[in-house]
Amino acid sequence: MSPSSDEAVAKPSSSGLGWLLEQRVLLSIAVLAVLPWLLPSQALAVNVLIYGVVVMGYNLLFGYTGLLSFGQAAFFGAGAYFTGIAIGRYGVPWFAAVPIAVLLSTCLAAAIGIVSTRTRGIYFSMVTLALAQLVYYVALQASSFTGGENGLRGFTVDRINLFGFPVNFLDPVNKYYVLMAFAALAMWFQSRILNSPFGAVIEAIRENEQRARACGYDVERSKLIVFMLSGAISSLGGCMLALHLSIVPLDLLHYQTSGMIVMMVLLGGARSFFGPFVGAASFLILEDAISLWTPHWQIFVGAIFVLFVLFLPKGIWGTLLDAIGIGKARP
Amino acid sequence: MDLSLIIMQLLSGIALGAVLVITALGLTIVFGMLGVVNFAHGALFMIGAYAGLYLASLTGSFWWGLLLAPILIGAFGMLIEFVLIRRLYGRSIDDPLLLTFGLSYILVEGVRIVFGSDGIPFPTPPQLVGVLDLGIGFFPRYRLFVIALVAVVLLVLWLTLEKTRIGLIVRAGARDPTIMQVLGVDIGRVWLAIFGLGVGLAALGGVLAGPMRSVNPEMGSLVLAEAFVVTVIGGLGSIVGAVVAGLMVGISISLVALFAPEMATIVMFALMAVVLLIRPQGLFGVRGRTA
Repeated sequence: MSPSSDEAVAKPSSSGLGWLLEQRVLLSIAVLAVLPWLLPSQALAVNVLIYGVVVMGYNLLFGYTGLLSFGQAAFFGAGAYFTGIAIGRYGVPWFAAVPIAVLLSTCLAAAIGIVSTRTRGIYFSMVTLALAQLVYYVALQASSFTGGENGLRGFTVDRINLFGFPVNFLDPVNKYYVLMAFAALAMWFQSRILNSPFGAVIEAIRENEQRARACGYDVERSKLIVFMLSGAISSLGGCMLALHLSIVPLDLLHYQTSGMIVMMVLLGGARSFFGPFVGAASFLILEDAISLWTPHWQIFVGAIFVLFVLFLPKGIWGTLLDAIGIGKARP
Repeated sequence: MDLSLIIMQLLSGIALGAVLVITALGLTIVFGMLGVVNFAHGALFMIGAYAGLYLASLTGSFWWGLLLAPILIGAFGMLIEFVLIRRLYGRSIDDPLLLTFGLSYILVEGVRIVFGSDGIPFPTPPQLVGVLDLGIGFFPRYRLFVIALVAVVLLVLWLTLEKTRIGLIVRAGARDPTIMQVLGVDIGRVWLAIFGLGVGLAALGGVLAGPMRSVNPEMGSLVLAEAFVVTVIGGLGSIVGAVVAGLMVGISISLVALFAPEMATIVMFALMAVVLLIRPQGLFGVRGRTA
């Protein structure tokens, strides 16, 4: 959001707290492992897990690189559609369908990224929105592949074989922990990216694009790469959703979904590692709670979001971390 | 393929494009002056259509709706600028975009509460019902009226911007707001007026589109994507660009609908992608500002 002079990468610290914060992946996994018991319902926990991964991937683009995309739904949806089509139409086993779907979604991200990363600033937001809408309309028209308006159906995964052990995937607890393994993988991957020299480069681009260019970094190429990585992680969330729901609704590709992802990352806190999960959880809990007494929950969510933009741009998690003084490490 | 059919479809495209031009113009003028992209532009287009419909049924005449809805919604736009957008000047360029995105949620849901979620038919004014014989085919009177009205609005806007003192202040303010303040112009008031004008144009687009599309709370989301595409093709901040690109998109949509109907919704995005690959700043955009 607003430019700041934070260190590009958190310095390793020798103190106990610092060491603990270094273990952000393990800490996050620990929280997610007990999440089904913290939240009012299992279904909510699964959704937090899925949307958390999607928003985390988006955070790489928006929070860390400073690129406000309104088209992340394209990759979320692509992951889900490719998984469903691979399983339902071509009979690919689920464990192969997921990497195939992520790979294909990453190719889509490359195509959209080549066009959109040529633009800067506000243009980027508008172009990503438009190109993601293009994906939406293509999915709507190619109904023989995607089921069109009715969404994609007919690829239920009920029983999976985990290293020789048959697991009943319809059981919500089993499902949660299998999907959590995906989330853990995504978190490890994201953490590796952020800790790598490339992670420092994208933050340098956010802080000052001209200076990053002057330092000899290929800004355009880095943007394209981070766009693809971000799309890949978000598409994994889409794969998880497809396995979870056994249907893919067309609305997943609509830019309203992209907008929801943007809302989640801002509610939780852009530029923090665990913020996306906090944001996804807050949004979904809010939606659940308000829709209990009125169907018009969107008006409240919209108002809360406006208040966050005005008064709490660092989000819940980001503000909390600043308040207890460990904001710099951004766990 | 019959040539007269193609010409008729071309005219349809111009009518479709005319509404796009008016809507995209509001977006592009606001960006050119304030550096703000209004994400609620589509929602305000939709509210304009509802306001036009409501005022028309209240007064019993479409013409009152057409006149009053843009003024009323434009005033509402000024309120939005004054209460919300103004706080974000000087912050990141993304913040107004995010704020107006949240606002569009509120507006759409608000309309759902007041008018319900279902579409409402918007009757064509009785004077403009039916078709006109153009010699080569029949064309809806209402669409001809839309083309003519948009042409007049464009002419008035152009004359105001180029030939009057107000236009001079607006153009200078877009170049350098600080100097304008030094010269004693209250730039805050100019911004307020421009935002109101932009929102008023969105509402005008909504009222005009009403009889051609059905009026429903979701109509703004499609329009927003279309307006984005038009402004990106034309070059953000460029008025000429919005006009050229709006007509270009309208005409391509209706010509493609003639030959390959399933491609009609996709063609404008493809057009945008091609333009971006060749000229990232848009056809009439200034390089360096946004691209």
